[in-house]
Amino acid sequence: MSNRATNLLVPIVSVILGLLVGAVIMLASGYNPLEGYAALWNGIFGDMYTIGETIRQITPYLLAGLAVAFAFRSGLFNIGVEGQLIVGWFAAAYVGVAVELPKIIHLPLAIIAAAVAGALWGFVPGLLKAKFHVHEVIVTIMMNYIALHVTNALIRTVSDGGDRTESIFASASLRSEFLENLTEFSRLHLGIVIALLMVGVMWFILEKTTLGFELKAVGFNQNASQYAGMNVNKNIILAMVISGAFAGLGGAMEALGTFEYVSSKGGFTGIGFDGIAVALLGMNTPLGVIFGATLFGSLKYGALNMPNAAGIPIEIVEIVIAVIIFFVASGYIIRLLLLRASAKKKEAK
Amino acid sequence: MEYVIEMLNIRKEFGTFVANDNITLQLQKGEIHALLGENGAGKSTLMNVLFGLYQPEGGEIRVRGKKVDIANPNVANDLGIGMVHQHFMLVENFSVTENIILGSEPTKYGITNKKDAAKKVQALSEQYGLNVDPYAIIEDISVGMQQRVEILKTLYRGAEILIFDEPTASLTPQEITELIQIMKRLIAEGKSIILITHKLKEIMDVSDRVTVIRKGQGIGTVITSETNPNDLASLMVGRQVEFTTVKGQAFPGEEVLDIKDLVVQDYRGIDKVKSLNLNVRKGEIVGIAGIDGNGQSELIEAITGLRKVKSGTIFVNGKDVTNMKPRKVTETGVGHIPQDRHKHGLVLDFPVGHNISLQTYYTKPISKSGIIDYNKINEKALQIIKDFDVRTQGPSELARSLSGGNQQKAIIGREVDRNPDLLIAALPTRGLDVGAIEFIHSRLIEQRDNGKAVLLISFELDEVMNVSDRIAVIHDGEIVDIVTPETTTEQELGLLMAGHTGHKDTQDLTKKGEDQHVE
Repeated sequence: MSNRATNLLVPIVSVILGLLVGAVIMLASGYNPLEGYAALWNGIFGDMYTIGETIRQITPYLLAGLAVAFAFRSGLFNIGVEGQLIVGWFAAAYVGVAVELPKIIHLPLAIIAAAVAGALWGFVPGLLKAKFHVHEVIVTIMMNYIALHVTNALIRTVSDGGDRTESIFASASLRSEFLENLTEFSRLHLGIVIALLMVGVMWFILEKTTLGFELKAVGFNQNASQYAGMNVNKNIILAMVISGAFAGLGGAMEALGTFEYVSSKGGFTGIGFDGIAVALLGMNTPLGVIFGATLFGSLKYGALNMPNAAGIPIEIVEIVIAVIIFFVASGYIIRLLLLRASAKKKEAK
Repeated sequence: MEYVIEMLNIRKEFGTFVANDNITLQLQKGEIHALLGENGAGKSTLMNVLFGLYQPEGGEIRVRGKKVDIANPNVANDLGIGMVHQHFMLVENFSVTENIILGSEPTKYGITNKKDAAKKVQALSEQYGLNVDPYAIIEDISVGMQQRVEILKTLYRGAEILIFDEPTASLTPQEITELIQIMKRLIAEGKSIILITHKLKEIMDVSDRVTVIRKGQGIGTVITSETNPNDLASLMVGRQVEFTTVKGQAFPGEEVLDIKDLVVQDYRGIDKVKSLNLNVRKGEIVGIAGIDGNGQSELIEAITGLRKVKSGTIFVNGKDVTNMKPRKVTETGVGHIPQDRHKHGLVLDFPVGHNISLQTYYTKPISKSGIIDYNKINEKALQIIKDFDVRTQGPSELARSLSGGNQQKAIIGREVDRNPDLLIAALPTRGLDVGAIEFIHSRLIEQRDNGKAVLLISFELDEVMNVSDRIAVIHDGEIVDIVTPETTTEQELGLLMAGHTGHKDTQDLTKKGEDQHVE
């Protein structure tokens, strides 16, 4: 089997296997898998509204995936995307609420505030890693908790003890009448443009700049990078800052697009953690992140329709979705099985 | 003649690549049979076939005249085949005995019986004159001693046929002499040995017969006493090879590198370089001879800015570079072929082209205002690949998939192409075959002839003697003597490296050393 054929076949076989095992789980729990998958399909592509909502759901996954992937390419494991996204969310919403400015200033300002907040949240673990060799995984996990509770406290302060801020001024909103009309008034907003732009930015940094060259070199081999005169510490910090900025932008999508406010949270949003899976599914490449985010966003949003339309309890739905993603992620195993099968065929000949 | 092992017309393929093609090797009982070939010629593949790690696509293996199918290393063990690996397979913080019994621990009532095992190890050690303490911890004993543990491991498991894979690669000259004694003792006790190597001198010293393979093809078997290093080298490489590197007289000019009272510490804070003084002039090659671990690494790292200098000064071209950042040192005109090409020399997961531009990626014409032109990187790579004969599929092949020699050529190309005033070459030919060594030596001499200063660090006395114009012997962080290759001998160097100073008493010792050699 040629390499290209294998590359094409692996994801297809993975998805089919995932769907099959998911079907077995639904059958075993006494539900009709055909109805279930029909509901899933309609939940994703049913009409213009669901398509719009699906794309809206994909948007923050794109940015969270980029954040994780960018750090990975520099040899860092940024588990703190969740926290960086939360502070970005708050920062964007705060700027959106606190002042009223002309849109041309207000919207960019709110977006930049989110990126800066996320970058700052990434800077701390980067600095600790570079200067004191504290492992970034530990620091970023702890920074997640700090982000969650600090923003909750800030939200209460800002909203005089309330659970959520006011809605942002229209001048800071990413909502677009055009997109809403196009998608039967879904919450699809202009954030998807920003997210796709950032995919391009990540690609450009990694593939076209000397900075990207250094970041990748440091990610692969710190000793050789140091030997070649690169400033390893600077690159580690920079990688975390840029990664954090992507995550912060993910928060801005929620603050300025989907919700137009920020509310205090009982727990994590999960988007940042799912970003790890998105990045890994996409092999940490910019284009791969689009694939991973699309898969995650679609399944997550489409799944919401399964309890309503097919009467499958949400717990089973989540298991089925997890199984599908699991199989896609196990591409390596599928590849191995395919290779074995083709090797056997050869022997038989 | 009785053969203990016969590998007849062995063929091994990896996909479309033929690693072994029609190779025949017949090992007589009680002989040391050398297996000679360049890096990547297929020596290790052949031995892995014999050891059961690979299954051959063609040919047959006979052990003591009987056809066998060696499906895995356990079968090889049962047939009495043992392998002493180049990279030792030892658990560092286990004792000698624990390492030897690992995998086949003798038990008494379900509890490991180390005492009996230690006794057995002791007995074997005495029988073969290995002088190993069964209770010593691996990390406390020397590399030479660790190798003996590997030998014991195979003997303990009842090996009759021992395969030595590049056994001298990491040994000091003294340890090599001892190893040769041990091999002869093993033969005297009735064992048979296959010695994998590309060092011709060793082959001439110890082997009875030599089987040569070249690019996966069996070239033939010759009797050592009827051949000479020159013939062997041309058999191996397929063309005439120059041995003593041809080089004209040196015309040293002004000082390029000047080191004064240098003190450098290792990561534990122990002085590894102690008040070292050294200078290298334009148009000369200064070789640093010494046993591994006498401060060579720390010295190079200090010069190149990779390690902090505690005290003393380093001047390059009259400029103080003490404690400068690596990039600043590089830009002052220093090229550095690092000791460990995988750790420092290359980003293995980067393409060859990226690696060739590893020192220049940020400069014009490759980069302009922070944007890299990858076409320029490829252009440069193609030029270096051509000029330095780097065998690769092209600039976009990963550095990891190149053979050691070609990786090294890429590094040397990168460093020499920048035309540095001072070229530091640390173990530039480690693990390479004669063809590549010849090439690298001639490049170093070419740099010298172009009026550049070259500092060569090597553990190989041959190399130091052949290439250097002056030899600085390092021992315990100090330059103990500076000699010229014309007026010194390997024996004298060996003693200086071991810390014997003063020329008078060296002569007696030298003599003694020679006597031992004759034994």
